Amino acid sequence: MSIRILYFARLREDMGVAGEMYELPMDAGDVKSLRARLIARGGASAVALGPGKAVRVSVNQDLARDDTPVKPGDEVAFFPPVTGG
Amino acid sequence: MTARVQREDFDIGAEIAALRRADPGIGAIASFIGLVRDVNEGDAIAGMTLEHYPGMTEKALAGIVAEAKGRWNIIDALVIHRVGELKPLDQIVLVVVAGAHRGAAFAACEFIMDYLKTQAPFWKKEQTAQGARWVEARASDDQAAERWRDPQAK
Repeated sequence: MSIRILYFARLREDMGVAGEMYELPMDAGDVKSLRARLIARGGASAVALGPGKAVRVSVNQDLARDDTPVKPGDEVAFFPPVTGG
Repeated sequence: MTARVQREDFDIGAEIAALRRADPGIGAIASFIGLVRDVNEGDAIAGMTLEHYPGMTEKALAGIVAEAKGRWNIIDALVIHRVGELKPLDQIVLVVVAGAHRGAAFAACEFIMDYLKTQAPFWKKEQTAQGARWVEARASDDQAAERWRDPQAK
């Protein structure tokens, strides 16, 4: 089963795509493990999401934490700290 | 309670008139407008592009307004936030809060802006003479939001 991943602002530019479908392993895990798997792919993912990068995450359009579970069918978004207003 | 994300400009006079006509119990209205400045971090700003996360942004704004309604005795609240291409002098965001008395209206208006700045998914990219750059989040905005962290904070 897969999840939909979206990237916004600087992260979208660093990734080179606005989003992707991502195949979850059997042990779906949480936000922290998902980010680690994406970084492990190397390339743009490692640059955009790597350690030291200020990255915020939402799951199904709610702000998430490292331990927020990620399940098949979820919409997960990665983005920089927000700067509206 | 209304939260809108739109490309078009807004008219604070028309928005407030509509809001206050709806309830004669309203005795106080507090409002805030955020504008595009022509300078940031010491550099001249020619304009900016505001990006959002369609769906989540509206949900986040509605949640912030609902939280304000839960904390203070207010009658109505309105948030309008623009996206797209904006230039210096342009309006970015409007918050209007109506209540029976001013105390709750002032406080809720400030709370909504502090939470919007730190939780609603908007991102600004500004154009300078050296090219375009993403605006960095400010620690002072996090501190402003932090003071409301206690759910009883008023």
